[in-house]
Amino acid sequence: MNKIVERLHNGIIKENPTLVLMLGMCPTLAVTTSAINGLGMGLTTAVVLTLSNGIISLLRKIIPNRVRIPAFIVVIASFVTIVELLLEGFIPSLYNALGLYIPLIVVNCIILGRAEAYAYQNPVLPSLFDGLGMGLGFTVALTIIGLIREILGAGQAFGFHIMPDSYIPVSIFVLAPGAFFVLAILTAIQNKVKIEGEKRGKDMSRIGSGCSEDCMNCKESGCSSRKFYDNEAVEEKAEEKKKSKAESKKKEETEDVNEDKDEEKEVDADE
Amino acid sequence: MSNLIVIALGSALINNVVLSQFLGLCPFLGVSKKTNTAAGMGAAVVFVITLASFVTALIYRFVLAPLNLDYLKTIVFILVIAALVQFVEMFLKKYMPALYGALGVYLPLITTNCAVLGVAINNVQSSYGILESVVNGLATAVGFTIAIVILAGIREKIEYNDIPAPFKGMPIVLVTAGLMAIAFCGFSGL
Repeated sequence: MNKIVERLHNGIIKENPTLVLMLGMCPTLAVTTSAINGLGMGLTTAVVLTLSNGIISLLRKIIPNRVRIPAFIVVIASFVTIVELLLEGFIPSLYNALGLYIPLIVVNCIILGRAEAYAYQNPVLPSLFDGLGMGLGFTVALTIIGLIREILGAGQAFGFHIMPDSYIPVSIFVLAPGAFFVLAILTAIQNKVKIEGEKRGKDMSRIGSGCSEDCMNCKESGCSSRKFYDNEAVEEKAEEKKKSKAESKKKEETEDVNEDKDEEKEVDADE
Repeated sequence: MSNLIVIALGSALINNVVLSQFLGLCPFLGVSKKTNTAAGMGAAVVFVITLASFVTALIYRFVLAPLNLDYLKTIVFILVIAALVQFVEMFLKKYMPALYGALGVYLPLITTNCAVLGVAINNVQSSYGILESVVNGLATAVGFTIAIVILAGIREKIEYNDIPAPFKGMPIVLVTAGLMAIAFCGFSGL
């Protein structure tokens, strides 16, 4: 029970995927033109994340380490397709509003990241709640950003007029540039919190930078390690084999030259 | 022919992939510190997106559409793209080491780049043919390259500016991107 509450707290507040870890920026900016779209996108992602975490955790002993990424992608893509068809059938207005960004849930860093970082190593129940917590954290963040943009850009909240009539909406906030500006302010606030926290000697290392420094060496969301087929494990094995063979070669230097040649061929084939 | 030009202009400038559709934001923000790495990333993206839109258009036209497996497109496309990127990486490593040296480091970053999948799905949703898909892919990628190179140029300049501490790093880059998005809004008058 404790574990479940801890996972939910971790996902929604401590490691909020959008506001703290800065993952999954594409849908965050694209669909938050209104609070209701943000909420819809967040909940859709939460459903996919929870279910895919559950299934990947169930299959964690069956999926071989080497082909785990394609396996994760298939599981995630299947759920995205199911959710897409359900939305098209039952909530067509949301389906039309989100459009292209529903199939793109597949490549959302958060989902693949949680599969790799949590679900692949932990039992089913905590994984389910880890997915749910992260999904809800994403939903909360998207709804807040959507709400800010909708209030500033259209003078509305969830479609209801809340600003006085004299308020002239700054329509740039519901257009593309506004998304960048709102996110810039949010990350500036996050930076401020981080700087203040570090001054007071708190550990702020878990606050991500969204890979803005150097994407190629970034370990936060691990884009660069996300290979379709994990070659490194295979290469390492091949190298070990090569080493042990080279050693045995030295020992057998006195033996037939032909055998040596054969061994070389084998090493080549291993590579 | 004029159809193709309209598609190309539309996806390169008017509906710029990063600045108005927000696809491929991670490399846009992450690999834009220096102009030459940005250009390298742009070249890799041009290469991969053009190839991927050709392959996915072929698969859609000759496999998925005739068999009525339209709903499988997300799964098939993402797997094909991921496998394709890996294959291209191995191929370049083996046969074109010079090109691999230039593009190799960027290729893994593109595997799960939403721009690639976005273009492939967009091609299907707009019911483009194979030639139109390739042109759309190429133009989208060129649009990405234009945006990332410009951003890198600006970032090189603002590095020496006096920026308020909380705005250092990501926030100022996002403000820059926002201003660029405003500028690109001007293209919608074309």
